[in-house]
Amino acid sequence: MSALLEVRALSRYFKVATGVLHAVDDVSFRIEAGKTLGIVGESGCGKSTLGRTMLRLQEPTAGRIFFDGMDITAFSREEMRQMRRYMQIIFQDPYASLDPRLTIAQSIEEPLKVFFPKMSERERRERIESLMELVGLSRRDLNAYPHEFDGGRRQRVVIARALAAEPRFVVCDEPVSALDVSVQAQILNLMMDLQERLHLTYVFISHDLSVVRHISDHVGVMYLGQLVEYADKETLFRAPAHPYTQALLSAIPSVDLDARRERVLLRGEIGSPIDPKPGCRFAPRCGYACPACSAGDVALEQIGSEHYVACTRCGAPS
Amino acid sequence: MSQQPILEIKDLHVNYVTEDATVQAVNGIDLTIHSGESLGLVGETGAGKTTTCLSIMQLVPDPPGLITAGKILFKGEDMIYNTDKRNEEIRGNGISMIFQDPMTALNPVMTVGEQLSEVVRAHQKVSKAEAKRKVIEALEVVGVKGDRYDDYPHQFSGGMKQRVVITMALLCRPELLIADEPTTALDVTIQAQVLELIKKLQREMGTSLLLITHDLGVVAETCDRVAIMYAGEIVEHGTVEEVFRDTRHPYTQGLFDSIPKMTGPCHRLTPIEGLPPDPADLPRGCCFHPRCRYCMDRCRTEKPEARGEGHIVKCHRAWKGEMT
Repeated sequence: MSALLEVRALSRYFKVATGVLHAVDDVSFRIEAGKTLGIVGESGCGKSTLGRTMLRLQEPTAGRIFFDGMDITAFSREEMRQMRRYMQIIFQDPYASLDPRLTIAQSIEEPLKVFFPKMSERERRERIESLMELVGLSRRDLNAYPHEFDGGRRQRVVIARALAAEPRFVVCDEPVSALDVSVQAQILNLMMDLQERLHLTYVFISHDLSVVRHISDHVGVMYLGQLVEYADKETLFRAPAHPYTQALLSAIPSVDLDARRERVLLRGEIGSPIDPKPGCRFAPRCGYACPACSAGDVALEQIGSEHYVACTRCGAPS
Repeated sequence: MSQQPILEIKDLHVNYVTEDATVQAVNGIDLTIHSGESLGLVGETGAGKTTTCLSIMQLVPDPPGLITAGKILFKGEDMIYNTDKRNEEIRGNGISMIFQDPMTALNPVMTVGEQLSEVVRAHQKVSKAEAKRKVIEALEVVGVKGDRYDDYPHQFSGGMKQRVVITMALLCRPELLIADEPTTALDVTIQAQVLELIKKLQREMGTSLLLITHDLGVVAETCDRVAIMYAGEIVEHGTVEEVFRDTRHPYTQGLFDSIPKMTGPCHRLTPIEGLPPDPADLPRGCCFHPRCRYCMDRCRTEKPEARGEGHIVKCHRAWKGEMT
């Protein structure tokens, strides 16, 4: 098995006034080339920090990141800069990720200038036009400014710019969350088409489980900085083992009138990631919590061929 | 149905007039909400959902907003022709509104308790101590401990803040609650808690609910009836059962096809091609025709009428062969 990206025991802590914030805590997984790993969780669970730390846009506090077999945690600044060509990121807010003073063509041109300094002006122009065509933008829009575009078309520009560097791996951090559903569907289709055509590998971060289910091959569920469950898509949505995953799935309002199911309503709210106590971090909200849950840290254990869960009950739902 | 509806909107038109353009935000909508009923108003950004709510509350900013035609009857009283003073009485006591972002709905430099007491004292003649007692009682109903009376909004999490805002809206026991995307800023597990709370309060107090949302799933779980809004018009309207099981309008159909499903195989999504129209330059004929895959010649020139009994659809094709 060839993993394009692998993280081992990755952690990222932040010092804050009241202690140490464990944004990402001891997370490990691997993604094969051409596949999509979905990361889900609620606000503050560390999914965005994980995305950034994977690319070393934030330095990991501990752990290792392997890209194509190379340990990039050991790379120098300059080596990392070269590496970034292959590892791009798309953010949620297409309004904030484009410079309002640059035309669409200028925005897409920037990474070309950085990563392909030898490219001639004419080649660059051709490349920009082919990128725009690739993401479904018209050549007429070359000299438009971002403010003339709606959210969906801006996100297309952001995607074109990310692809300009010819990456192999793209972290997509809530790329469709700011868009209306009809436009969201257009962008999701585009991203899946591009993955197939360019053999891209995605990490797709989202709070929207139905979107993640649609686009991912494997899914990891995060809670307060930790990966609590990891499985292939079918298993995770068919037989979620962790009580948090079960609650999360049951909380999604469904448009299917026949699919009304018993809802697992969680008590209370997500706890604090600052200096967390040992033991399962979900225990205070968990309906099945027992003394063993807070006795010590609960590690991710394999319960199926591609199914891992961190729960003392070991995912045996009653 | 013999009962007088709590809210009746008839042929409402709202424009925003600026020097450059006239934006037609709401174009002739009809809506009725009966006592105790919950209606979901669904649409995408710019469909005119929020303008509709603000019109009901008579809070459309003027200028540039202008209600150019129509009636908004709250228990038979026309809000548009009421005096400002009368409408002020209705707001709070008769109709309350919850906004999407709980942080901007609360004053950051006043404690939550003070703000809530202020609401009670603005609408009812009670002593300070009595107001405080009422507020603490109301907070406990929505699941906020009474000892948080003296806390400031920033000390609350998003879900807790929205509970405070809900308390504020319900303190005067309004007959109609308008909730504009009340859970959009919240995580799903917290959204489930807040929706459950709104449903419970609605059941117990008999409040009518107008829920604005872009999420059809939220409507399915919360509402009795649903109205689908596009480009300032209601294109389909009926009970949740009717609209979800017997979807008639191509736009509503498009919305359903655009949503990734939680069950079954993951087919490629079928998005609605194109973009919503510019409300300053609406298309002739049916407002949806430039994006409609079933567009006929007639759709380009002739505006479809709202037709149907109970389940109402504004589409030439939907009724073709069935009516007349």
